[in-house]
Amino acid sequence: MSTVYEPSAAPAATARAFLEVRDLRIHFPTDDGLVRSVDGLDFTLERGQTLGIVGESGSGKSVTSLGILGLHHRKNSRMSGEIWLDGRELVGADPDDVRRLRGRAMAMIFQDPLSSMHPFYTIGAQIIEAYRIHNAVSKRVARKHAIDMLGRVGIPTPDKRVDDYPHQFSGGMRQRAMIAMALSCDPELLIADEPTTALDVTVQAQILDLLRDLQQEFNSAIIMITHDLGVVAELSDRIMVMYGGRSIEQGTVEELFHSPQHPYTWGLLGSMPRLDRDRTDRLMPVKGSPPSLINLPSGCAFHPRCPHAQGPGSPCTTVRPELVATAAHSGHRVACHLSPEQRLDIWENQIRPNL
Amino acid sequence: MGAVVMLVIVSMVTFGIFFQLPKLAGQTTDQLAASYVGKAPTAEAIADVKERLGLDDPLAVQYGRFVKGVFTGQDFSNGPSVEHCAAPCLGYSFRTNEPVLPTLLDRAPVTLSLAVGASLIWLVAGVSIGILSALRRGTVFDRMAMATALAGVSLPVYFTGLVSMAVFVYTFRLWPNGVAYSDFTENPGLWAWNLVLPWVTLAFLYAATYARLTRSQMLETLGEDYIRTARAKGLPERTVIGKHALRASLTPIVTIFGLDLGLLLGGAVLTEQTFSLPGLGSLSIHSILSGDLPMVMGVVLLATVFIVFASLIVDILYAVVDPRVRLG
Ligand SMILES: Nc1ncnc2c1ncn2[C@@H]1O[C@H](COP(=O)(O)OP(=O)(O)OP(=O)(O)O)[C@@H](O)[C@H]1O
Ligand code: SF4
Ligand SMILES: [Mg+2]
Repeated sequence: MSTVYEPSAAPAATARAFLEVRDLRIHFPTDDGLVRSVDGLDFTLERGQTLGIVGESGSGKSVTSLGILGLHHRKNSRMSGEIWLDGRELVGADPDDVRRLRGRAMAMIFQDPLSSMHPFYTIGAQIIEAYRIHNAVSKRVARKHAIDMLGRVGIPTPDKRVDDYPHQFSGGMRQRAMIAMALSCDPELLIADEPTTALDVTVQAQILDLLRDLQQEFNSAIIMITHDLGVVAELSDRIMVMYGGRSIEQGTVEELFHSPQHPYTWGLLGSMPRLDRDRTDRLMPVKGSPPSLINLPSGCAFHPRCPHAQGPGSPCTTVRPELVATAAHSGHRVACHLSPEQRLDIWENQIRPNL
Repeated sequence: MGAVVMLVIVSMVTFGIFFQLPKLAGQTTDQLAASYVGKAPTAEAIADVKERLGLDDPLAVQYGRFVKGVFTGQDFSNGPSVEHCAAPCLGYSFRTNEPVLPTLLDRAPVTLSLAVGASLIWLVAGVSIGILSALRRGTVFDRMAMATALAGVSLPVYFTGLVSMAVFVYTFRLWPNGVAYSDFTENPGLWAWNLVLPWVTLAFLYAATYARLTRSQMLETLGEDYIRTARAKGLPERTVIGKHALRASLTPIVTIFGLDLGLLLGGAVLTEQTFSLPGLGSLSIHSILSGDLPMVMGVVLLATVFIVFASLIVDILYAVVDPRVRLG
């Protein structure tokens, strides 16, 4: 397929971003058919930057992040496209080479810190293990490092808590420990897949603060996956909106919140709770149900739910819209057949006033 | 504490059943005593037996005598002579007049040999097949292993036992003199050789269960989030499987293994019967069939001790492997 890239992102190797994902496809053959969980995804991310990925359940966020880490089983998944991390291509790489990058160059924080930690090993043992795979150090040094990391993420008396088991930690502390583990080898890329969903609001804010501080300290690139637009708004530099395994809009936080161009993004913004409005009055979730990933709707995958879709026979139902820059040299890209003028008109006159 | 209560309850129930059941079936103590006398029960002999065994005493008194014997020993009038049975006394067989405890101790090594050997085989075979099956889920190996395992759990021991006897003993004549138990201390090689068939037959049954259990445990564990985390750390696959997955999958298996072994130590009835092994299992069957109360009591109590002990060890072991249990 012919994806349109930003002019600067021509295939010259020198111009590669720190993380560059190109035409990524991750498909799962199942008894019901081929599940196209990720189907032609493009995005880039630079060091020290945070990319927020939003999209409803099943849009392929987790599958994408596990794909970057090479965590899909080669046997029951098919992966194609390119993932460039710091100049190395990962999709076609030897699985063992990718394995060596995991934990060291790229690390992940999972949604549920309790189930994501081994119940039979102490927190310390699990961090020590993560550190020692990639660093030839003695157990003592590794243990000191583990205590250090626990202290850094704000666990009180880390020299004692290091010998605790996961079930002895509170939810928030577990997630801190998870972060300590993920950061133990100074990864350049950190993927956080809904890191705060399982936590209550105050703890959530603390964890996000922590991630922000740590990012400044380590200058790592972060991919922040969440349902919560508030979280992305606060933490991200850029946002990517996913729908049906594809990116349908991406841009800076500013662009996506103040001049979003895709009807699905409008829907998402409409579903975002805001304190200054009455709840019943303003919460408008995107109507309809997520698309089947086995039989994606033809044309624009969003067309069965899109209030602005042109009728049958129009490009909306026949031609898949490509992700194109909204203006020359702009990083704001959108995949919709509406003309820029139409989009601006609808946004300014129908959507924004009702948000 | 629970263990003691358990023993008391089990012994009382056994005692009660033994004496109540014949009564409910309309048998008098005379008839019961008559069955112990032998060929020609004269009224005199019956009265003698009743007197000697105290069969006419109330149940509680009989039970009390039994318990007292366990703690302080007991004197038995055996015809003209009086024998003293020292403290833990489980009494004398109604049938053979043999003291119960020495008989048990005599039979126990057979069952112990059978159970320990078989359990090692089934543990190693069952768990490794289960793991391999899980890792190669859906392959020919997995399908064949699981089909065999299904056969293993559904075929009774006396069937597999008799088939294996027919094949290896009578057709191939690997054991030209038949399979007979021989003592370990006399000739360990012969001991093992003679136990191979019972071991394998018994192990087959259990290995099948263990393979299925290990496989499903392993598959479940491999789907756990913490396995994904272990991979995300960059651990090599053999560490992910061999350390993280195995540790979690084997925990429940350890528990079941302990209980199975404890249960088996009380007597592997079917296997012992099939291979004519003089263990606790065949002793218990004979004792029950011949209405030999003291012997039945002895076997049942010993089996209970094994089970109670095994579950105690399992509890301790479980706390060692699973920190969530240890710390409450
Ligand atoms: N191994 C697999 N085999 C088949 N289908 C899969 C597999 N893994 C994921 N999928 C499917 O891929 C789709 C995308 O899943 P994914 O977990 O990426 O969604 P998500 O965007 O992270 O959603 P959520 O917000 O609920 O976490 C889902 O429909 C899921 O059922
Ligand atoms: S392409 Fe058509 S259906 Fe798709 S979002 Fe744009 S208007 Fe709606
Ligand atoms: Mg997800």
